[in-house]
Amino acid sequence: MMEFLQIDLPALLVGTLAALVCALIGNFLVLTRQSMLGDAMGHVVLPGIVIAFVIAGTTATWVMLTGAFAAALFSAMLVEFFRRAARIEPSAALGSVFTAMFALGVLLLEQSGVARTSFDVHHILFGNIETAIWPAATGLSSLFNPVALASLPPQLGRLAFGLVVVAFVVIIFFKELRVVSFDPDFARTIGISPRLIGTLVVSLAALAAVVSLSAVGVILLVAMMVCPPATARMLTDDLKTQVWLSLLFALASGVLGYAIAVLLPLAMGYEISLGAAGTIAVVAGLFQLAAMLFGGKRGAPKTA
Amino acid sequence: MTGLHPLVSILLLQAGYNTIVVMLGAAALGAATGIVGVFAMLRRRALVADAVAHATLPGVALGFIAAVALGFSGRSLPFLMTGAAITAVLAALAIQWISNRTRLTEDTAIASVLATFFAFGIVLLTVIQTLKTGGQAGLDIYLLGATAGMLREEAITLAVFSLIVAAVVALLFKELTLISFDADYARAHGFPVKLLDLAVLGLVLVVVVIGLRVVGLVLIVALLISPPAAARFWTDHTGRMTLISAAIGAISAYFGAAISAISPDTPTGAVIVLVAFSILLISVFFGSARGIVTRAIGARHVRRAS
Repeated sequence: MMEFLQIDLPALLVGTLAALVCALIGNFLVLTRQSMLGDAMGHVVLPGIVIAFVIAGTTATWVMLTGAFAAALFSAMLVEFFRRAARIEPSAALGSVFTAMFALGVLLLEQSGVARTSFDVHHILFGNIETAIWPAATGLSSLFNPVALASLPPQLGRLAFGLVVVAFVVIIFFKELRVVSFDPDFARTIGISPRLIGTLVVSLAALAAVVSLSAVGVILLVAMMVCPPATARMLTDDLKTQVWLSLLFALASGVLGYAIAVLLPLAMGYEISLGAAGTIAVVAGLFQLAAMLFGGKRGAPKTA
Repeated sequence: MTGLHPLVSILLLQAGYNTIVVMLGAAALGAATGIVGVFAMLRRRALVADAVAHATLPGVALGFIAAVALGFSGRSLPFLMTGAAITAVLAALAIQWISNRTRLTEDTAIASVLATFFAFGIVLLTVIQTLKTGGQAGLDIYLLGATAGMLREEAITLAVFSLIVAAVVALLFKELTLISFDADYARAHGFPVKLLDLAVLGLVLVVVVIGLRVVGLVLIVALLISPPAAARFWTDHTGRMTLISAAIGAISAYFGAAISAISPDTPTGAVIVLVAFSILLISVFFGSARGIVTRAIGARHVRRAS
C-alpha cells in the first residue's frame, strides 16, 4: 500500500490528469482541422521553459508557465508573420517554426547544463511520469493530511490548475465553440467571431501543452490531444457526447496504459521496464484503431 | 593554419580525411532533402513527412532487436534502415486509410499516426534499454542525429542514395513541376498524377530513412520544409528554386556536421535545423524575388517612376 501511495498513485494521477486536460481541448482541435497544432504546441514551448528556468533558476509553476507562454505566443506571432506578411504556405510556416523552436530548446538544454540537473531531452521526448513520487505518504491517512498533501509533486498542482481553467472556459463558451466548430459561416451571421473563438482554442491548447510538457513529455501530450477525441468522433455526432466520451477514453488510456506498463513486465517475469507515457499513448492509439474499425459513425460523410 | 578558429578550419575542410568525407556526405543528404522538399511542399506533403519520419522509430527499435536476435551487432545499419523503412511505409498507408476511409480529416490522421507510432517506438526503446545486450546507447543518435563517430562507408552510402534521389527528380522534373502547379491540367492531359504523388512520397521516405543518422527523426522534416520555403523568396522559376533549395539544404547539413565535429555532444540535427531556419529568415526579408525588404524597395521605385 505504501509503495502504491508513494510511487504509483502520483504517477497515475499525473498521467491521467494530463490525458484529461489534453483530450478536453483536443476535441476542438480535431473538429477545426488543427490536430497538428497540438504537436506544434508541444514542441514550441520547450525553449521557453528552458530559458525561464535558466533565468529564474527554479522550476516553480509560475516560472514554467510564463516561459512557455512567452514561447507559444512568440511562435504563434512568427507563424502568422510567415503566413500573412511573407505568404509562406500555412503548413510550411507551422512546420518550419515548430522544428526551429524545438531545435533551439534542445540546444539550450544541452548547452546550459540544465540537462544534467532537472530534466533532459529524453524526458521531454519520452515522458517522465515515473519521476512523480510522493515520499511523504505514510499510509492512507496521508490522503487527508494537509502537510503530506503539500508535498505532492508540483506538476500535479499545475495539471489540476490547467484542467480547471480549460474545463471552466469550455463550459462557459460551449455554445460558441459548438457553432464555430461545426458551422463557422453560421457563427458569423449570428455575431460570433470564429477568429476570436479560434484564438481562445489555441490559447487553451497552449495552456494544456504547458502544464503537460514537463510532466509527461511531448508524445503523450500529442497523442492525448488527438487520439481520444478522434476515437469519440467515430462513435457519435453529438458534441457533448463526444467530449464526455473523449474524457472517458483519456481516463481509460491513462489507467490501463499505466497498469500495463507496471504489470506486464512483472507478469512476464522479465527484468524490463516499459515507459508509462509511451504505453499510455499506444493504448490511446489502439482505442482509436478499434473505433475506426468498428465505430458506428465510420461511414458518415466528411462534413465537419 | 594555426590561429584560425577550429570551426573555420573544419569548414575549410582542414580536418582529418574521415571528417571531410562525413561532412560531404551530410551535405549530399542536405541537398537531396532540399530537392525532394520542393515537391513535398508544393504537393502539401510536409506534415505527412513529419509523421512518416517519427514513425521510423519503432522500425529502428525492431531492427535493433532483430539484429541482436540473429547475432549481429544491434547497430548494424541494414537492419535499422530496413526496419525504419517498413514502419514508415506502414505509417504512410495508415494515414491514407484513415483520411480516405473514415470520417476523420487528414490532419487528425497525420497527428494520430505520428503520435501512436512514435509512442510505440518509445515503448520499444525503453524495453531495449533494459535488455542486457549493450550497444543500445547508440540508438539515441537516431532521434536527434549525430555525425560524430560516423564511418566513411556510411557517409558514402548517404552520398550515393542522395545522388539517386537527385537523378530520379531530374528524370521526372517536368511531370513533378506540372502536378505541383496545375494538377487538374496534368490530370486532364493524361499524366498519372496519383503515381507521381506516390513517387514524391517514395522520395520523401528515402531521404527520411537515410537522413536518420545525421539529422535524426525528430527534426528531419525541417530539412524538407525550410530550404524550399527559403528558396521561394529568391526565384519564381521551379528549376532554379530546386537548385537553390538543394544548396541551402547542403549548407545547413555541412555546418551541422562541422559543428558536431568540434563538440560531439551537440545534437547535429538541432544545429542543422537552426542554420536552415536562419537562412529562411534572411530569405524572408532579403530574398531577391519576394523578400519583404526587396518588395518594399521595389514598390518605392514603381511609385517614383509613375
